[in-house]
Amino acid sequence: MEPVAADLTGAGPTSRASHLLLVLPATLFVLVVFALPVAWLLSRSVSDPAWGLDNFRTVLREPVYLGLMRNTVQISVATTVLCVLLGYPVAHVMATCPRLTRLLTFVVLVPFWSSVLVRTFAWMVLLQNNGLINRALLGSGLVRQPIEMIFNRTGVLIGMVQVLLPFVIFPLYGSIRAIDPALMPAAACMGATPARAFLRVQLPLTIPGLTTGATLVFVLSLGYFVTPALLGGRRDVVIARMIQMEIGQFGDWGVAAALSLVLLVATLSLLGFSRLLVRRGRPT
Amino acid sequence: MTDAPVLTLRGIGKDYGRTVAVDAVDLELRRGEFVSFLGPSGSGKTTTLMMIAGLQTPSRGEMLLQGRDLGPVPPYRRNIGVVFQNYALFPHLSVAANVAFPLQMRRVGRTEMARRVGETLALVGLPDHGARLPAQLSGGQQQRVALARALVYQPPLLLMDEPLGALDKKLREQLQLEISRLHRELGITVLYVTHDQEEALVMSDRIAVFNDGRIEQIGRPQELYEHPASRFVAGFVGESSFIVGRVTSAAANRVAIETAHGMLCGHPATSLAPGDAAVLAVRPERVGISEEAAGGDRNVVHARLVEVIYLGQSRKFMAALPNGEIITGLLPIALAADDLAPGQTVDLTWRASECTILPDH
Ligand SMILES: Nc1ncnc2c1ncn2[C@@H]1O[C@H](COP(=O)(O)OP(=O)(O)O)[C@@H](O)[C@H]1O
Ligand SMILES: [Mg+2]
Repeated sequence: MEPVAADLTGAGPTSRASHLLLVLPATLFVLVVFALPVAWLLSRSVSDPAWGLDNFRTVLREPVYLGLMRNTVQISVATTVLCVLLGYPVAHVMATCPRLTRLLTFVVLVPFWSSVLVRTFAWMVLLQNNGLINRALLGSGLVRQPIEMIFNRTGVLIGMVQVLLPFVIFPLYGSIRAIDPALMPAAACMGATPARAFLRVQLPLTIPGLTTGATLVFVLSLGYFVTPALLGGRRDVVIARMIQMEIGQFGDWGVAAALSLVLLVATLSLLGFSRLLVRRGRPT
Repeated sequence: MTDAPVLTLRGIGKDYGRTVAVDAVDLELRRGEFVSFLGPSGSGKTTTLMMIAGLQTPSRGEMLLQGRDLGPVPPYRRNIGVVFQNYALFPHLSVAANVAFPLQMRRVGRTEMARRVGETLALVGLPDHGARLPAQLSGGQQQRVALARALVYQPPLLLMDEPLGALDKKLREQLQLEISRLHRELGITVLYVTHDQEEALVMSDRIAVFNDGRIEQIGRPQELYEHPASRFVAGFVGESSFIVGRVTSAAANRVAIETAHGMLCGHPATSLAPGDAAVLAVRPERVGISEEAAGGDRNVVHARLVEVIYLGQSRKFMAALPNGEIITGLLPIALAADDLAPGQTVDLTWRASECTILPDH
């Protein structure tokens, strides 16, 4: 069997060599502009200003930095939860109403077609105390005081959820689409109310898509800094923003490098954990 | 009470925009009956079944299950068993968990549930497969699980939509017999959709022939085969050859029609009057080849053989009439001369009492 299969796919030694040749340019590019600089930066976490683990001691002990990490995790968790809660119904409609799929795809992707800055400034115009939304609310008499929706946690979450929503919607859309369309009707015929059919059939079958989407959003949230910086307040400083400030304002490369490593380790362990979950959730 | 129909459909219909998927279907299903919906693809069988299950909302008409109006009842409260064409097993649940699902929805206790799941799996011949996942079973086994899952809560009515469509012929025949056995043993009322007329003839107490969103004729298999009420049924249930003509004389059980091949007689399917357009339908096994012109009760037409096929037990032949109409015949091998060959001209003959005269629209 083995030789036949090998012949059919053409995966002989020559083709393996040519496959390597084909991925070489991209590999070199990533190595030179990403892996090497990152390695160099990370090496400074144990060498700048002096050899040793002082930078990590600083980062993992001092309340300022622990506060940053708490902010980052809180914002990321909240963003992920909101994205899942808002995204699941959208993905469901996209997957089950073919007529709405194109329209919704378009709407969901709109934020990707504008730059982060444009998008964020648009939110400022809408959300600030004398912005469009507050003026409408005040004008209609629904509120007496403007609602503070910007330069605080609310603003950060609004901005981040909007941008990250597609990352949870598309994997979910894929995994809902992959479900045999007869399963939910079958569950109904067997006596399952819509809610029970969802909990017992659709939800378990979409765990892989849900995990993939939630992990993407969480990981991207961990490293986000433009939106928190522009829409957040003084209490919404996150790790990524701090790394940038350490280098740009304080010139403390060692601490910046240690923070980066913490972020990287957190991200990688999350990705590994999520892969495990997705693999377990898939029926063999 | 025993004579009350399990299911009653009155003028049930369904439109999708401008397409009429089901026009108007009337049906009464008696307790313990096995009724098949037989018809070509797109004739509205599935849509009718889905309306009964509650998965489609009828555009018109009325449905009663054991005397209760089904209209306002959602599918999850109808307590009807449904077996889908592609099984629709839950891929993330084991076989036993699939079969237990409807019992969990009914909040049946643990021990009772385990007992019934075990019994039902044994009933469909899979007593030792409870721990497997559906993907680890063959197509035939998956269909048995689907059947077990629909039977485990003892619904008053079981709906099956082409349940054997995806299986090969041998397995299909085996499962046909098994479904028939379950039907007899459990005394359950079954509505069975198929486009395979042989399957319908083998399994059913009654067959409803669907055409264009309507039931064209409903009756026992033998009734349909021997007394088709329309040209469509004569052609769809079993095989028939047709000769068109016009009624010249009509009595209660004998009609004569004038055709391009002379005067032919037959048994009328419905009341016909002289002058009506009509068509004669004859089954292949009724057509013989005669050397001498037979008289009396027999119809005779002159034809040219265009094809002769050896089938082992019999020989099948097709013969063309002068106007191009084709008559198909089936001769037992003992009666078929060895020298039958395309190109020969022959006299085809059959009894007037063994063919049907149908109205031709
Ligand atoms: N969801 C639907 N939307 C539009 N037309 C449909 C839909 N379902 C079925 N139809 C149409 O209704 C007719 C009957 O379909 P169906 O009941 O599936 O037939 P069958 O099961 O006899 O093959 C077909 O012409 C089909 O195209
Ligand atoms: Mg169908």
